[in-house]
Amino acid sequence: MNSNIFIIIIASAIFYGTPLFFAALGGIFTERSGVLNLGVEGTMLLGGVSGAWASQHVGGSAWFTVLMSIVIGMIAGGITSALLAFLCVTLKTNQTVAGLAITIFAGAVGLSSYFANIWGVSKSPVPRQIRRLDVFGLADTPIVGPIIFNQTILTYVSWVLVVLATVYLFRTRFGLQLRAVGESPQTADAMGINVVKYRYVHTILGGALAGIGGVFYSLAIVPTWVDGMTKGAGWIAIALVIFGFWRPSLTLLGAYLFGALQSLGSTLKARGVNISGDILDALPFVMTIVVLVLVSSRFAHRKLGAPAALGVPYEREER
Amino acid sequence: MKSPIRLERRLEQPKWLNWAIPVISLVAALILGAIVLFATGKNPWDVYFRIFERGFAGTRALSGSLKTATPLAFTGLCAAVAFRMGLINIGGEGQLYMGAVGAAGIGIALDGQPTGVVVIAMCLAGMLCGGLYAAIVGVLRAKFNTNEIITSLMLNYIAGIFLSYLIYNSTSYWRDPVSKNFPAGKPIAERAEWNFFEFAGVKIPLAFFIAIIAAIAVWVLYKRTRFGFEVGVIADSPKAARYAGIRTSSTIILVLALSGALAGLGGAADVGNFRQLLDGKGLQMSGYGYTGIVVAALARLNPISTVVVAVLIGGLTNAGFALQGPDFPSGLVGTLQGLILFTAVAGEILIKYRIKANRRVATAVAA
Repeated sequence: MNSNIFIIIIASAIFYGTPLFFAALGGIFTERSGVLNLGVEGTMLLGGVSGAWASQHVGGSAWFTVLMSIVIGMIAGGITSALLAFLCVTLKTNQTVAGLAITIFAGAVGLSSYFANIWGVSKSPVPRQIRRLDVFGLADTPIVGPIIFNQTILTYVSWVLVVLATVYLFRTRFGLQLRAVGESPQTADAMGINVVKYRYVHTILGGALAGIGGVFYSLAIVPTWVDGMTKGAGWIAIALVIFGFWRPSLTLLGAYLFGALQSLGSTLKARGVNISGDILDALPFVMTIVVLVLVSSRFAHRKLGAPAALGVPYEREER
Repeated sequence: MKSPIRLERRLEQPKWLNWAIPVISLVAALILGAIVLFATGKNPWDVYFRIFERGFAGTRALSGSLKTATPLAFTGLCAAVAFRMGLINIGGEGQLYMGAVGAAGIGIALDGQPTGVVVIAMCLAGMLCGGLYAAIVGVLRAKFNTNEIITSLMLNYIAGIFLSYLIYNSTSYWRDPVSKNFPAGKPIAERAEWNFFEFAGVKIPLAFFIAIIAAIAVWVLYKRTRFGFEVGVIADSPKAARYAGIRTSSTIILVLALSGALAGLGGAADVGNFRQLLDGKGLQMSGYGYTGIVVAALARLNPISTVVVAVLIGGLTNAGFALQGPDFPSGLVGTLQGLILFTAVAGEILIKYRIKANRRVATAVAA
């Protein structure tokens, strides 16, 4: 029963969708504050390489090593996006180009590859990985076993985060103020909200979450460091923020849809289904464009939650 | 707490900043890069010296650098043309692949034709394929208001997969039937190979001259024609452009097609002047499209400076290829390119603002 192809596809959609969700959730926080982070891909890669390094070098119990890998990946992602915040918030540079700069600087042929090289990260597989758990021993339960009870710890964390993030954004004062900063920084400033602080904190938080996404690639999906291993996941995450209309719950669904598309190739190939691998590889990218076209009418943007001040640097003097 | 500096809007932009800012950006990027190197236990002076040696010192180094600079000039122009209108086309990479596919196809097909005919046909095919591929982005942006940044990037990945399909996973027209175990592209006709011209021992590829002509053409188009003027108006204020009766949608599509055509020309240059075949892996490893964005940004989107900066960045990139090995980590050149893009984008604020020290007196009075 559990070897039914649909169950496998759903279970691996959740597995592959988890890093996409972390990166996209980070994007939601960042963009809700009015900062556009196009550096997600690079941020994920730096998080991933740092996490892989930690898995190879941090001693202690397996749990501790994995935890430290995640924490170090978060720190790396946080630092990377602090750089973006400095450029976009303090120096008020063009946010698109600054984000691209992050991706080129940190990306597949940039700093992440440089670190992998000088630390020798890619020489050996990652010893301590983020494994799928057997929760309450229910992994073999028909249908729900593989889908719900046989995921990684980060997947369970992400389910908790959906609730927490939704409450934070829509039910707390901080969330209200954050949305105010993203909608109208002038008004927020006049209300006494520290626009700069909100933007810094949420950009760094977003980077830390993207870092977790990267660690998931190097410790769970592959799990060895390969230069440029996220293969565009960071960009898909940016698109996911738009598909999810800047809401965590919808973004989680979107992440699983794309997780399914990403895993389809290996799942079908393992089943001996005769279908071109190239078409399956291209599918997530084609679908990103298709879905983006569907949601990108002006109406959808304004009604469904694009922060009005997204991508606009805030200058106090201007009115 | 008050920040020690503040930014003050410039009322006028002095001319000397136009060249001073790229120079300052480049120096700042090299200093930041030196910090990265130093922090990771490398000798920055030594690394930079070797980059200079392999990228710029001597005729052989310069010839190699011009080879790398040529596609970068085209992808730089591709980015500059679109960015000037506020269209962030980061699809130069995929548009270049498509141009290479088109040019290689023509180059193989026109076996036995005179060189001049083949070169022109390859250029046109490259421009057509690159331009049409970018037009997809343009149509989606103009008709559906779809964010061009993400669509153009997704098309890069799709083009990369398409290249792999043509060379590795199929028996396509572009694949050399002789290559069974090590799939490779089919070589283009011998007469289709583009020339090099030698000046003082430095070999300058034909395509580099084409890049210079293209840059001048873009400059004329943007500075001296009605179309260029309209692009400027749309860039400054889309609303004003609409009231003035400018057809924004068709201009968006045209600008993106032009941008893609330039990248496609770069792909044709790669096939005609350098590899003489469609090199699936080589093209994807070079990352000309992404580096072109760095080139355009450092050139401050000026087409003529783009060619000059392309030589500079081409030298850096070429040195990176040449030096790659155990004591010259991969990724270093990409890191430096990213840093250059950082400092170039940060340098733009010097155009808009002047940096002033915050004086204590002001706070005292305010208090």
